[in-house]
Amino acid sequence: MSENNNNNLMLDIKDLTIHYETDSGVVHAVEGLNLQLGHGETLGLVGETGAGKTTTALGVMRLIPNPPGKIKSGEIIFNGENLLDKSEADMRKIRGGKIAMIFQDPMTSLNPVMTVDKQIAEMIKLHRNVSESEALKLAGDMLELVGIRRERAKDYPHQFSGGMKQRVVIAIALACDPELLIADEPTTALDVTIQAQVLELMKELKTKFSASMILITHDLGIVADICDKVAIMYAGRVVEYADKRSLYSNPIHPYTNGLFKSVPSIDEDVDELPVIPGLMPDPMDLPKGCAFHPRCALAMNICSQEQPKMCDFGNGHCAACHVMAKRYEL
Amino acid sequence: MNDVNDKYIIVKNLKKYFNTKRGRLHAVDDVSFEIKKGETLGLVGESGCGKSTLGRCLIRLLDSTSGEVLLKNKDNDSYVDVTKVSASEMKALRKRVQIVFQDPYSCLNPRLSVWELIAEPLIVNNIYAKSADMRRRIRELMDTVGLAERLENSYPHELDGGRRQRIGIARSLALNPEFIVLDEPVSALDVCIQAQILNLLNSLQKEFNYTYVFISHNLSVVRHVSDRIAVMYLGQIVELCEYQDLFKSPLHPYTQALLSAIPLAKLDVKRERIILEGDVPSPIEPPNACRFAGRCRYACDKCRQGAPELKEHEPGHFVACYRAGELNN
Repeated sequence: MSENNNNNLMLDIKDLTIHYETDSGVVHAVEGLNLQLGHGETLGLVGETGAGKTTTALGVMRLIPNPPGKIKSGEIIFNGENLLDKSEADMRKIRGGKIAMIFQDPMTSLNPVMTVDKQIAEMIKLHRNVSESEALKLAGDMLELVGIRRERAKDYPHQFSGGMKQRVVIAIALACDPELLIADEPTTALDVTIQAQVLELMKELKTKFSASMILITHDLGIVADICDKVAIMYAGRVVEYADKRSLYSNPIHPYTNGLFKSVPSIDEDVDELPVIPGLMPDPMDLPKGCAFHPRCALAMNICSQEQPKMCDFGNGHCAACHVMAKRYEL
Repeated sequence: MNDVNDKYIIVKNLKKYFNTKRGRLHAVDDVSFEIKKGETLGLVGESGCGKSTLGRCLIRLLDSTSGEVLLKNKDNDSYVDVTKVSASEMKALRKRVQIVFQDPYSCLNPRLSVWELIAEPLIVNNIYAKSADMRRRIRELMDTVGLAERLENSYPHELDGGRRQRIGIARSLALNPEFIVLDEPVSALDVCIQAQILNLLNSLQKEFNYTYVFISHNLSVVRHVSDRIAVMYLGQIVELCEYQDLFKSPLHPYTQALLSAIPLAKLDVKRERIILEGDVPSPIEPPNACRFAGRCRYACDKCRQGAPELKEHEPGHFVACYRAGELNN
């Protein structure tokens, strides 16, 4: 987090604000978000529906649908360059080349009328100066890498199962050896045994390609499995950011705590699950102060007045909470 | 629930086949089990294993191909076969058996208000002659499931998933049922809302002594709500036991793989992860063999030659695997 190691960061998002301007009001999807990612790290971005996880990812890719979406302010520094200053032509080279994305639903992110090898080759040809036949050969190599036999290269997406389709999507994402991989809920649409296969594959390939990764998920179990750092998002902001070990052993923010407790355990009996009362605030009408204060059992006066700042609770474990900052005397 | 002989529902050799162009699809294939009064039976399995089809056959939203679903009568110890009763008898039975659907976004008529949605089952069944009585009942139901009174004129699209699911629950409770099939009632919801709904279902069961069949693919959720759990694979129950036994000493290799695949939100838990090869095979005209044999690391010749039956391996712990005994010793 300190100034001097900023050069080691692959991605440094500063004060990013993204709004969707609709007829019925402004949706504050991402509000003043700060996030760092080092080389070779895997960051888990965790939060509930509507927390702004996907919008953040689309922001990094500069794929926010405009209108109604608009990046209002902030910087996205990728390898020392601000992506928000790039021209559309430059961005097109970066997307898929240096930064690749895996989308949530493998059933809809593939072209149904194109064989899978052509879809991979399409990506390779866009970013590398190779002939069609070479690209197709490389596509076959990619398929083998993700565990699909080369003979199936001429098959169409509907001939593959969900897990296999997601493997194809991963092959496309990795085809141009990206430095940063953004995976948006890559296994949510898959069954648990297939999910285990795909996660295992992603872990293996991440090391092989020495890429950094942002993994968007709502499943704290997946984060425990493959991430190094974790950022918890709530109502468009990161409320807690820490090393995985530190976060799981000592969650600081009341929301993080509530999130951990509301997941039924696989080995303990509880009669009633502890719940966070109420609902996520309406992103068109965020409460003043800390967005979590109406649901927070610990809330004090100041929580409804002032936006809490991100404080370092030690060893880079950061959280934005008035109550906890006071308790830890920060 | 303590009375062992109190069999409330008895399912015998239930089969549901669908005719498709490529042959007969064995969605539910020869399933037998019993449910006690006031119990929650969890039904887990991956997509396409037949758990929803089974749930629907239990309350005859689908006609079964063969087999029996015996439901105990209210006043005496006799049983009625849900799969064979006439349409008019079934209509009367519907008051006793209900379902909550998976997707709170598509199971509610978007053109009805909350009030109308909850009133619908009461009107269809002519429960109340006086509208004042009905009004009281709807208020009571909204209160039971935790819907604020001010929402009664809202439409589903104005509400979040959790509230919508509460409407679905209120609708299924409207006729004072005894038995409710919960078909993935929380899988479309975020964890915080999921916890709220699970607590609600739990407290309702305590209050009204409902019998639940809880269908889900999420094992930790199923563990939390169930008394006993049945694991399904490709149309068949491969293991059935008390919830603790399933997690402590799973006997079927598929259950073992399924359990090991759950990502745990804990660090430093050392466990062997069994990664299954390949995908679930096609349920169309499956061969007469153990259906898991193709992906099972313990499969032997016997497994490929005939299908194992669901047998009581230990008291109350049923498993369909030839090698169940040897693997655990």
